[in-house]
Amino acid sequence: MGNAKDTLIPGISPVIRAWASVGGKKESEGPLAGEFDLLNGENSLGQESWERAECLFQQQCAELCLKKAQLTPDQVSLALGGDLQAQCTATAYAMRTLGFPYAGLYGACSTMTQGLALAACLAGSCLLPQVLVMTSSHFCAAEREFRTPLGYGGQRTPTAQWTATAAGACLVSPQGKGPKITALTFGRVVDLEVTDINNMGAAMAPAAAQTILRHLAGRGAQPGDYDAIVTGDLGLVGTRLLLQLLEGQGVHLTNHRDCGLMLYDRQTQQVGAGGSGAGCSAAVLCAHFLPRLAAGEYRRVLFLSTGALMSQTTYLQGETIPGLAHAIELEGCV
Amino acid sequence: MVKRACPPSALATDCLWAFGVGGGICTLGEGLRQLYLSLGWEKDAAGSLVSVTLIGLSGLLTCLGLYQKLAAKAGAGTLVPITGFANSVISPAIEFKAEGLITGVGAKMFIIAGPVIVYGLTASWVWGMIYAFTGWTGMGG
Repeated sequence: MGNAKDTLIPGISPVIRAWASVGGKKESEGPLAGEFDLLNGENSLGQESWERAECLFQQQCAELCLKKAQLTPDQVSLALGGDLQAQCTATAYAMRTLGFPYAGLYGACSTMTQGLALAACLAGSCLLPQVLVMTSSHFCAAEREFRTPLGYGGQRTPTAQWTATAAGACLVSPQGKGPKITALTFGRVVDLEVTDINNMGAAMAPAAAQTILRHLAGRGAQPGDYDAIVTGDLGLVGTRLLLQLLEGQGVHLTNHRDCGLMLYDRQTQQVGAGGSGAGCSAAVLCAHFLPRLAAGEYRRVLFLSTGALMSQTTYLQGETIPGLAHAIELEGCV
Repeated sequence: MVKRACPPSALATDCLWAFGVGGGICTLGEGLRQLYLSLGWEKDAAGSLVSVTLIGLSGLLTCLGLYQKLAAKAGAGTLVPITGFANSVISPAIEFKAEGLITGVGAKMFIIAGPVIVYGLTASWVWGMIYAFTGWTGMGG
């Protein structure tokens, strides 16, 4: 499992110069509320559809990130982004307004680290000076695409997760001030034949375990060498499984955090097994981890976004759910 | 391994909620029936009026965003009565209005209730055929 060749070290460690996070209503009631750059009190943002609202979340986030980086839109060399809507329309339509050179990505909820790893390759080889990485998800848009209409009176299973209404954006440059991306590992698709669309943490946990093991092997590191090993949205079930899978490989994690468990209070917010969505790991990275890395509170963090790669069609056809996790290693400012 | 990692459903609480709310809806139905009977309606007409009233109430609560909040607790208690069926038709109609009256509301209105109608009608057709050829109703009739 520990294939050292999967871990890449950029020629120069690129820097996340600026970042921004935007959240919706439920996120504004959660434990990380005070750490977001912008919180919207209602999730439609006055738009006619949830899809349009998600597009606006991305726009708000990109604009905030550029403002913090003191960049004008024409200085962005490339935007890498994606979301959960079919054909990634939230990002594409946001780009219609923003006008950056754009390459769309789809890695489901793993898209944020997919984008950051690619940006690290592009900026780390000095090919592009300013790469914007952004992802989002919207609870209402995801529910109608993957599950049932919002008004439908169904009961959620305790393993189901709550799609975050949130967006995160990072600006990656070859140099500057900010947390560095010192290494990265692109994940491999892993499928241990979970078929329950209401238990995606279980489907993604094996992929996260595998990428963590590969990254540790590639770096010759121990879990204790990191201040935190963070996963995107495994939730309660996926977290339990991840820890068990790693234990089985002789790796004991004591510094694990999961963005899906951090974003909401499971006891009071009725989010099932925790948060999920492409915007979950992106927003928690930008709201919580990057500011702490910049402040020197964390020195070294391994950050993974985790994705479940099914579609509604493959699910209905009885296919199992493949998982994917990409890792980036972040070094804080001293 | 996955099963062990999953938090269990709160079976006792869920059952109590389902029993209480489902029973409550049925009691409301009976109350309405008695009301309509006392207003002078025939027995059959009173039954139909109860259905219409409960469907109307379910529609109103769905539009106000309240039915799904109750259903999140009550589960089968709100799913099984006629109000649940109404909710399953009205909620996609509201949800998909952004896609237009024909391709949205019209096409998507029965995405949840559609299979129930199809297989309900099929089952009644099968039963009808059995009855037509054998005279057996399965209910001692």
